Amino acid sequence: MTAHPGTPGTWDGGSTGATVLEPRVAYVLGLGDDALVLAHRLGEWIAAAPQIEEDIALANIGLDLLGQARTLLSHAGELEAAGRDEDALAYLRDERDFRNLQIVERPNGDFAVTTARQLAFSAYQYELYDRLRASADPTLAAVAGKAIKEVTYHRDHATQWTLRLGDGTDESHRRMQAGLEQIWPYVEEMFEPGPAVAGLVAHGLAADPGLLREPWAAYVHPVLTQATLAVPEPAFHGHGGRRGLHTEALGHLLAEMQHLHRAHPGATW
Amino acid sequence: MDATETDPREAAFQDLIDADGRVEPRDWMPDDYRRSLVRQIAQHAHSEIIGMQPEGNWITRAPSLRRKAILMAKVQDEAGHGLYLYAAAETLGVSRDELLDLLHAGKQKYSSIFNYPTLTWADMGAIGWLVDGAAITNQVPLCRCSYGPYARGMVRICKEESFHQRQGFESLLTLCRGTPAQRAMAQDALDRWWYPSLAMFGPPDGESTHTGKSMAWGIKRFSNDELRQKFVDMTVPQSHVLGLTIPDPELRWNDDRGHYDFTPPDWDELRRVITGDGPCNRQRMEHRVAAHTGGEWVREAAAAYAAKRRAAEATA
Amino acid sequence: MSTEPLWEVFVRSRRGLSHIHVGSLHAPDAEMAVRNARDVYTRRQEGVSIWVVPAGAITASSPDEKDSFFDPAGDKVYRHPTFYDIPDEVRHL
Repeated sequence: MTAHPGTPGTWDGGSTGATVLEPRVAYVLGLGDDALVLAHRLGEWIAAAPQIEEDIALANIGLDLLGQARTLLSHAGELEAAGRDEDALAYLRDERDFRNLQIVERPNGDFAVTTARQLAFSAYQYELYDRLRASADPTLAAVAGKAIKEVTYHRDHATQWTLRLGDGTDESHRRMQAGLEQIWPYVEEMFEPGPAVAGLVAHGLAADPGLLREPWAAYVHPVLTQATLAVPEPAFHGHGGRRGLHTEALGHLLAEMQHLHRAHPGATW
Repeated sequence: MDATETDPREAAFQDLIDADGRVEPRDWMPDDYRRSLVRQIAQHAHSEIIGMQPEGNWITRAPSLRRKAILMAKVQDEAGHGLYLYAAAETLGVSRDELLDLLHAGKQKYSSIFNYPTLTWADMGAIGWLVDGAAITNQVPLCRCSYGPYARGMVRICKEESFHQRQGFESLLTLCRGTPAQRAMAQDALDRWWYPSLAMFGPPDGESTHTGKSMAWGIKRFSNDELRQKFVDMTVPQSHVLGLTIPDPELRWNDDRGHYDFTPPDWDELRRVITGDGPCNRQRMEHRVAAHTGGEWVREAAAAYAAKRRAAEATA
Repeated sequence: MSTEPLWEVFVRSRRGLSHIHVGSLHAPDAEMAVRNARDVYTRRQEGVSIWVVPAGAITASSPDEKDSFFDPAGDKVYRHPTFYDIPDEVRHL
């Protein structure tokens, strides 16, 4: 049984709801769930974006992430060797078995909230994949090699919009600052060590999340400054996504995402 | 100039059309030709944009990751097609903003087919098979339309469209070979999308007001009824492969004509849906207008940023 | 109502070819224009290089001038490969 880092007496300290997984499976699943959940959120923007060019751009980013998710979930299923493929993992797990970071499940909000989330998360994925290219796991290394090119573009897209919203009109500046305040409580979790990651890092399989914070900040903070925005200092930080502890938003997201698949058990689509 | 005298430019223009040549953006053209083209291209573009809604409706509920990716890519293509077409319309001297204003004010239309609801997952397959199939039947002749930018845009669109129809058919085929519930879902979708797809080709030739002039100008190559018949003849054998029943008891092969006889769609329904009384007209427009007005602050921010930088460069 | 400038898009799909005009799009500035062009016109890996040019920066010849502007070149038919009859057995020409 993997030890939970929660302190005894706290609300999540003794939590045992999540299925216990072998650390390597849990790690790959976490990365896959990040991409899957965010791809789903971006899919919600299609036909609702501020201009047609953004329907196309956000769909592009969503499709890149969905591609990453499918490869990572399939790989996690192979490592687990319990017969679960990408769809079994995406559609048949419950809330407490999803291992994504809380930042990706947050509702889209307006275009500023989405831009803030895209900036923070793409910049994290950039640092993550940059290091995973050297992973001892050849599949992870291959995914990272392809994904780094994709997230370079995602990060750039978010940067361009952060600059334009931050340094555009008074209204856009106000909304962008508010968007950052909405998203920043979920930034810290990106750099926390998940359960048993240290062992994986020691074997060269995983990237140490703690080492990503500095290069991430070195990219993100100057962008905010150039955009005339203040780096938020949130009083509260979300935790627990890697242990299957999520915000209330995830349950609704999964209900919508999984319902049809679950309504026809065993069917092929 | 005497009103009864033919403008020599008009004669040269008609010669070009009759020789199957291409009219390009800076050529002289009759006002009517320009107006007709703007209307047709703009309404085609609006159709692509509005069409993103009924299909976008199922992205978050797609029952497999592969289908989710295919659907996202398809809807994304439709946005792209809208952009190609607005670009073609703009070469005629209108702006995209003006055209969107006309759409939002209800003064320009979009294809009536998108005023129907997508009630089940099988509707995604039915739309790909039937609606995209009908669109391709309409669009392939337009690749040879007399106006260069429109013809070139259509060539690009047709290349991308063939994936759309194939994936729709394949999705339905999977349902038809699946569980009884899936087969029933597929049949139900065909039942609801068949007649609206036939109506996509417009009113019967006798009632079509624009056809004559459009054909003389090489904008329209075949009549509504010709295209509708072509679509039926192509699609009926495909329904046999699926093992589904087209909801038309009068549908049968006519040896004398060499075509299928079929029940036409209800023309009253077409008229009502075109003029705003379809199941989803209000919803489609409200969604479209909300996206546009809701996004105004974003577009203004981008413009303000660009202006600030131009000003900074000017004084640098 | 904000109006964004119009840009013409040119794409070179392979090394060794020239840029060809593929269409136009709206964007507030050049950075967004080239990024939008990548999304709209090169989704199927159709581009190695993208140029975007403000539509207003393009000077076009007038179709009315066609005769005097282009006819002299039309006379010189030996510039067109179809002018020459090459025997079928000669390949790669």
